[in-house]
Amino acid sequence: MPATDTLDPRRLAALIASVALVMAPHAARVPLWTTLFCALMLAARFLIGWRRRPLPSKTVLILLAAAAIAGVALSYRTLFGRDSGVVLLLALASLKLLEMRRIRDVNVVIILCYFLTITNFFYTQTIPTALYSIGVVWMITATLVSLQHATPVGRLRSIATTSGVLLLQAIPVMLLLFLLFPRVQGPLWGLPQIQHSARTGLSDSMSPGTITQLSLSDEIAFRVQFESTPSNVQQLYWRGPVMWDFDGRTWRTSQPVRLSVWRYESLAPPINYTVTLEPHDDRWLFLIDLPASLPPDSFLTRDYQVLSARPIRERRRYDAQSVISYRVGEETLRGELQQALVLPDGVAMRARALARQWQAESADAQEVIQRALHHFGTQAFVYTLEPPPLENDPVDQFLFETRAGFCEHYASSFAVLMRAAGIPTRIVTGYLGGEINPVDGFLIVRQSEAHAWTEVWIDNQGWVRVDPTAAVSPLRIQQGITSAVPETDPQPLIRRTRIEWIRQMRHAWDAVTNSWNQWVLGYTPEQQSRFLNSFGLPRIGWEEMVVSLIAGTGLVLLGFGLTMLMRARRRQLDPVQRSWTRFVDLMARRGLVRRPAEGPVDFTDRAIARFPELEQKLRTIAALYIRLRYGERSEARDLENLNLEIKKLA
Amino acid sequence: MPQTLAPVIAQIGSIILGKEHQIRLTLACLLAKGHLLIEDLPGVGKTTLSHALAKTLGLDFQRIQFTSDLLPADILGVAVFDRDSSTFKFHPGPIFAQVILADEVNRATPKAQSALLEAMEEHQVTTEGETRPLPDPFFVIATQNPSHQVGTFPLPESQLDRFLMRIHLGYPNASAERALLEGRERRDMIGDLIPALEPQELIALQKQVRSIHTAPALLDYVQALLAYTRRASDFVTGLSPRAGLYLVNAARAWAFMDGRREVIPEDLQAVLPSVVGHRLQPVNGFASLSGMDFTQRLLEEVAIP
Repeated sequence: MPATDTLDPRRLAALIASVALVMAPHAARVPLWTTLFCALMLAARFLIGWRRRPLPSKTVLILLAAAAIAGVALSYRTLFGRDSGVVLLLALASLKLLEMRRIRDVNVVIILCYFLTITNFFYTQTIPTALYSIGVVWMITATLVSLQHATPVGRLRSIATTSGVLLLQAIPVMLLLFLLFPRVQGPLWGLPQIQHSARTGLSDSMSPGTITQLSLSDEIAFRVQFESTPSNVQQLYWRGPVMWDFDGRTWRTSQPVRLSVWRYESLAPPINYTVTLEPHDDRWLFLIDLPASLPPDSFLTRDYQVLSARPIRERRRYDAQSVISYRVGEETLRGELQQALVLPDGVAMRARALARQWQAESADAQEVIQRALHHFGTQAFVYTLEPPPLENDPVDQFLFETRAGFCEHYASSFAVLMRAAGIPTRIVTGYLGGEINPVDGFLIVRQSEAHAWTEVWIDNQGWVRVDPTAAVSPLRIQQGITSAVPETDPQPLIRRTRIEWIRQMRHAWDAVTNSWNQWVLGYTPEQQSRFLNSFGLPRIGWEEMVVSLIAGTGLVLLGFGLTMLMRARRRQLDPVQRSWTRFVDLMARRGLVRRPAEGPVDFTDRAIARFPELEQKLRTIAALYIRLRYGERSEARDLENLNLEIKKLA
Repeated sequence: MPQTLAPVIAQIGSIILGKEHQIRLTLACLLAKGHLLIEDLPGVGKTTLSHALAKTLGLDFQRIQFTSDLLPADILGVAVFDRDSSTFKFHPGPIFAQVILADEVNRATPKAQSALLEAMEEHQVTTEGETRPLPDPFFVIATQNPSHQVGTFPLPESQLDRFLMRIHLGYPNASAERALLEGRERRDMIGDLIPALEPQELIALQKQVRSIHTAPALLDYVQALLAYTRRASDFVTGLSPRAGLYLVNAARAWAFMDGRREVIPEDLQAVLPSVVGHRLQPVNGFASLSGMDFTQRLLEEVAIP
């Protein structure tokens, strides 16, 4: 059934452009055929409108829809779920354009556009996405405005203004919904997150090169807000995976065992801080060494790792307390100390010999440690991001041949030396240092700040942190990674830059992203109740929230409505017009609605045709009104008579 | 309707069948002291209408057939040397009549067209350094073939603006056409017409039209209509203030013919398509909206304040 087009080419172009803009961000995520399919349908629709050709028949549309559904089924093996659902929606929305016969269909397409805008948030919730979506919604609304006011083709600017005003009017409702809509704990939209692979971060094993690789990444590991920022943030060790088992090349964590009570001797006041951890798909929560109080839903292991109950798949915010100067290890078991001495057979023989020699020449463990650190400090070791590759026996090769490595090389060989000398030792990985953002005062710790160090057991002192990297490159500890490695080493450009305005821009952008994360994306149930409490509202449940949401929205709408009504009233204060309006309302109640551009004579003629029995009264009213409103002069009685006649009619 | 006008309409209506609205518009145009442009195909009764109008109102009538070789002097007149008195004697051209039918005005060159239009505007003719007033009442009915026909010089917008109204006659409906086919020769019928009005009476009526009241509420409506055309983006320009003035004058005449002393919105609506249709130029590329379509939209969209 061919049908002529309901839209002129210009409105059609605007509508198709809106649809294209809405769909564009999906192009990178959906299969190629979907992009081509949608683009083809939009182009076809535009050509049809431009050339004024008939729309395709129902059969063609059904075939196309079947092809799209088959495509989705083939690509995803299912029609349900987020990805296949979105692809299906995209394909069918572009087909709907080809079915646009009446203004009703156009409205359906526009509503689909709004919905498709939301689907974009299933995948990304960043500030650019939000800004883009606002722009798109503005465009869609403008298209809607131009369609609804089908007749006056106002200038583009006035349509854009109307659309903008509509969006601005939506802001109070948006804020109310944001603040009061009951939140659920869990990922945004309650959708299962699908892409949790290939995220950078520390892992449960460490071999030469692991951390070197990591330190090339500029990605943010976590952000920290201190209750009062300590002076030495560069020297805070953020404790992560602790590794016991060594196979000659790779260090691994052992099975985590929960430690419910731990005792430590604090040598300095504790520090309080809040961490916002980026998702890394593993269970470690990073706290400053040594954790003193734990975040909820987490536990401490026997080697003082803090593990979350579930893998961290969403950004997580937690409060924590740590002591930075401590004495700990009272509860350590004999078996654990034995485990911290194990070395695999047949590796690092030269290192073992050297360690045993030191052991023989030293009075106690302290002296052995000092000798080892002295060895690193004086034997021309180099701290570099580009260490030469290590083959069969990495520890010996590093210690006696290449002598160039990154923190994991030093930590690993130091631990081997200590264990060979009979000192229980384990490897701790985590982060060291970070950067205070001068804009908002948050400490930013990036993957490039990943670090590895050791803990040795000394009788009467417990577990003591020894960082062999410090012996080689004191700068790494004091000033951070950038100044510690040679300038020629490959480092992320943005970190290396010394150009001041780039640094400032980066800080500013990071501060904005951070507040977005903290306040918009991180607006969890706790945040919500904290926010409501700050207004003196008691802790309220979701039922009360819904009620207050409805009440609040109602109030906002009432406010808008009253303002509009007032404005309309102000426009017609003229008593003659008020009487006429009363008359028109009266007729409307009888089923006869005056068109806005219908003059008094035309209207009463129509009324007389409808109600012939009222002819006399209607004519009187029309004559009085015309005399009062358009006549040269009228008498005071006329208005009274008019009102009287109208009253009689009622 | 004033007593004197009813027979006028009836009489013209007996010649031009089934076109009462157009006849009323023509008369309104005359009463508002404007000039009329009829745009239609040949043979739908343009000449007959003008002739019948002139005859019914007792005015003298001249027809000027516009052709591509028409010169201004052919319209305005020429001074010829008179041997007896040894002076130049002015021979007035056909423009010195009370009703002028400028037939197929778009066939002539712009030069000849502007001679007519200037005379229309200024109500006088200047030749050989001498200014001669045109008769009163003075009413020009110009006809124009649809401009896409071959060999035409379409009137530019500035010239179109001088016509108060542009109307289309269109084909008669079936019964009117049957009556026409059965009836007598129109030319003979016009010859038999008796004037229903004296020229002096017509001038008096024109004066009365001027005094028809326009209330502030009505002027609000006029301004809303004007503002709307200026806001819409489909047209090169909105309506000029002069167009607004013409609109009010035409509506006055319409109200007067309806026997009222004040203009009401319906009067404006009745004359609006004819008054603004030829003043609105659609933007190129969107020719689907002709001036006439747009006037319908104006009527539907602009609310009466």
